Amino acid sequence: MATLESLTSQAGEKEESLFAPMGARRLLVLTGIGMILVGMLFGDIFAVFVLHQNAARVGNSLAAAANAALAGDASAVGANFQKTGEFLENRGTKVDTHVHLIGFGYLALMLAIVQPWVALSEAAKRRLAWLFLSGGILLPVGVFLIHYVGLARSPLAAIGWASIFADAGGLMVLLAVIGYLAGLVKKFRGSGTSVQDALLRDRDATGRMLLAGGLMLVLLGFAHGAYYAQADLYRHEAADYNILSQMSSSAAAKSSAGINQALGDYGQLQGEKAVNIAAHAHSIEFGLLAMLVGFFQPYVSLREAWKRRWAIVMIIGSALLPACVLLELRFGLLAGGFADTGGLLVILALLAMWIGVLRYTGSLDAAALTAIRLGATQGGAQ
Amino acid sequence: MTSGKKILLLGGIALAVLGMTYGLWYAVFAEHQALDGIGASLSGAFSAAANRDAAASEKSLLQYREAKYAYDRQVDVHGHWIGLGMLLIVLAIGFDRVALSEKSKAFLATALFLGALLFPLGVLMQTASHGALPKAVAIGGSALVMISLAGMTLGFALNQAPAED
Repeated sequence: MATLESLTSQAGEKEESLFAPMGARRLLVLTGIGMILVGMLFGDIFAVFVLHQNAARVGNSLAAAANAALAGDASAVGANFQKTGEFLENRGTKVDTHVHLIGFGYLALMLAIVQPWVALSEAAKRRLAWLFLSGGILLPVGVFLIHYVGLARSPLAAIGWASIFADAGGLMVLLAVIGYLAGLVKKFRGSGTSVQDALLRDRDATGRMLLAGGLMLVLLGFAHGAYYAQADLYRHEAADYNILSQMSSSAAAKSSAGINQALGDYGQLQGEKAVNIAAHAHSIEFGLLAMLVGFFQPYVSLREAWKRRWAIVMIIGSALLPACVLLELRFGLLAGGFADTGGLLVILALLAMWIGVLRYTGSLDAAALTAIRLGATQGGAQ
Repeated sequence: MTSGKKILLLGGIALAVLGMTYGLWYAVFAEHQALDGIGASLSGAFSAAANRDAAASEKSLLQYREAKYAYDRQVDVHGHWIGLGMLLIVLAIGFDRVALSEKSKAFLATALFLGALLFPLGVLMQTASHGALPKAVAIGGSALVMISLAGMTLGFALNQAPAED
């Protein structure tokens, strides 16, 4: 009959094997949080150094197209819209890099949570984790390079090498996810034995705070999206058409003042749309992030007081960013500065939690190493 | 596994698969055509203005408005089905931490799944009809999502002690 000590020891060994060095769960947790951090930092750098300059170029090429129409130069209109398309592609690939890095980070954390339910060998899970992470990095890097590589030396007429590598990365992620899903299906169709996972059994106060706070942020983000759809979406869509109509009719009537007025209105409208969509999306994404890292609090090896502080910092930052983004239209750069501070708080809290998880892995590895050395010493003495 | 958890987990996976399948179909068969249509109609409107052809310009802008209206909604449907699917899966993982009765939790899970299915469906229906029914479906779906999320947030906040799996 198993003693209490042996059962406890087995449970401990199982937990350690779940989070073993280079094990699937450890790889997915550490790189998942890392990908989210890199994605957020990339988003910040992109916003500061590329987004606004690119928006100005898009505005300038639209203005040039309108002025070409005013001058009656149809070929210049087409050339300027071609330029607008190129600027939008540059912007689109940067946004996709940011979004996919963070999205794959979220997916890595979700896959890390379900590892005990995946009925595959640890070696197979580890191989799938490497496949997922390689693809999860290859896709955003490939997407980032699309604008710079173009069609150079490409074997295909319409798709360049960067796109081919990005697609290959996407395929690797898809295959890894299918592999994990197959493991889950195997588990549920098998003996049906319940899985005891220490990670999910633990319900400390910090984890509860992050779960409740995260879900509140998701709810607020959703409520804001619903309000925007009801109050502003149709008005904005009508305004988009009306302003462009005014721009083209002013060009046809050779009214330079009318074009300038319409261009100003169009810029204002795009700003209004952008801040509303950004506030809605960031509130929901940060809420989901807080919920996901809430599950991993038992792995954050920091003092309880510090774990709580970093959770509070994450929730405050997550609420501050979307709220201040919404206020940007009224208070301009001041609100923008507070929004950036909110984003920085989220990055700092996430970095602190990532360091906490690293410390946890260090303590696990040190304990295992001590046990091995102790065993060797005892063996030598005998 | 409790019924509420099962609804969230299976419903979440189903929504994510639905959103990804729809997105794949859209990207391969519809998106490029839609973007080409938006770009061409906008460029056509200004080219017509350059040629002082107000009627052609107006016609192109109307085409632009319709194409943009459909494109925005089709992309939103893809994003919202996948996003809500992920949210349902995350909630399923932590659902035993919602401090409410199993009956209430099953009700909230059902309402959330239905809302997450209907809200993007209503948005998608708007691309086919500008009538009241698609709007009603989208509004009803989003109301279900918000009510169920509010109930679950309360349940998470009430959870103080560890509960049995």
